[in-house]
Amino acid sequence: MLRVDVTKQLGEFSIEASFASEGRVTGLFGASGAGKTSLINMIAGLLAPDRGKISLDGDVLDDTEKTIHLPAYRRRIGYVFQDARLFPHLSVRANLDYGRRMNGLAFDPAQLTRITELLDIGHLLDRRPGKLSGGERQRVALGRALLAKPRLLLLDEPLGALDESRRAEILPYLIRMRDEARIPMVFVSHDAAEMRQLATQIVMLKHGRVTSFGGVKVLSG
Amino acid sequence: MLDITPTEWTAILLSLRVAAVATLMATPVGIALAWLLARRDFWGKSLLDALVHLPLVLPPVVTGYLLLLAFGRRGPLGAVLADYLGIVFAFRWTGAALACGVMSFPLLVRPIRLSIEAVDHRLEQAAETLGAAPWRVFATVTLPLSLPGVLAGMVLGFAKAIGEFGATITFVSNIPGETQTISSAIYSLIQTPEGDTAALRLVIVSIVIAVTALIGAEWFARRATQRLHGN
Repeated sequence: MLRVDVTKQLGEFSIEASFASEGRVTGLFGASGAGKTSLINMIAGLLAPDRGKISLDGDVLDDTEKTIHLPAYRRRIGYVFQDARLFPHLSVRANLDYGRRMNGLAFDPAQLTRITELLDIGHLLDRRPGKLSGGERQRVALGRALLAKPRLLLLDEPLGALDESRRAEILPYLIRMRDEARIPMVFVSHDAAEMRQLATQIVMLKHGRVTSFGGVKVLSG
Repeated sequence: MLDITPTEWTAILLSLRVAAVATLMATPVGIALAWLLARRDFWGKSLLDALVHLPLVLPPVVTGYLLLLAFGRRGPLGAVLADYLGIVFAFRWTGAALACGVMSFPLLVRPIRLSIEAVDHRLEQAAETLGAAPWRVFATVTLPLSLPGVLAGMVLGFAKAIGEFGATITFVSNIPGETQTISSAIYSLIQTPEGDTAALRLVIVSIVIAVTALIGAEWFARRATQRLHGN
């Protein structure tokens, strides 16, 4: 269960959002500029709310009244950015292994095989990120986030930087991840079709406010 | 003409040693300060920035004299270091290294700072979400990506340290075999009758060292661009 109840002033723009979701994939839907990225940056711990609370499965991540702000590196919340953000100086293999090393987890070859097969990136392991296509990069970024064994996975328009054919290439992987990886996800998009295919619960965001919340049918409402 | 005499060799080797020690000692401090200036906001940041650049704009003789006041045998820092740690700077080669380290510090810090600033902050955020504490973000992402800049800074600092003259001669004088570097040896030779040929030899040596260092810095800078593009 992810509970978010926050306010944040960002220059002229303000966010006042509150929702709780138990869905496997919570879709954060809204036009660009609705505050989607700022909101998941707060869930990730990269941005601190001015006021409010964020909790995950009962663990408090942020509580401004008690001055609690758990730093991002201690949240175990994975984040797949729109622009992949692979480490350019590391091979694909080292990129995938990064989260495991930082969290002091034991090396798990079976898990590595499972994830690389799920995302079809086994043949890329010895390459440098600079030599990958956009779609390959995004798949490696998905694998890197999953292999850190997160409690929640944030996906910020993971298809946004890709062209039409690449989107069609990645979307099935996201659906497989939803059905096989068993990690709850928050999926951010402004594309209603993607939302329908992936999300199980929708949070509609407009000008920093939640306008509606519910099943996929709110998209047509 | 390039028959280098033992005295000249002594000066050349001493210069190399002084510059190497100065660079190696200044680098960790330089990296820490460069990171602070590039990535943190704090009270007195402009003051610290100005302080780092001070040796670049002060007359070297002033820097040397300030070092003498502070680190001389009776200076507040010099006395403490000598009494408790047995480290003496005054009129020793170690003092020459200190003077060179201070004088070359602005040149060392600048490329490091620029390359840390050039590291994409979004990569550091990605590392954080993968569980890396701030110091590990620095060690595994920021530092490796700015390493070519660090090396370029070290090369520039080394080149500056090799050529340093004013602060060194003010602080530790010009003692053959102890504090007489290439620059102060040239200075002595020019003041000696018949010293011209020997001076010219050392001039050629210092040109060779400086040009090598500049080419090295250029090479490292090119590597930096390649590395940041992930090739």
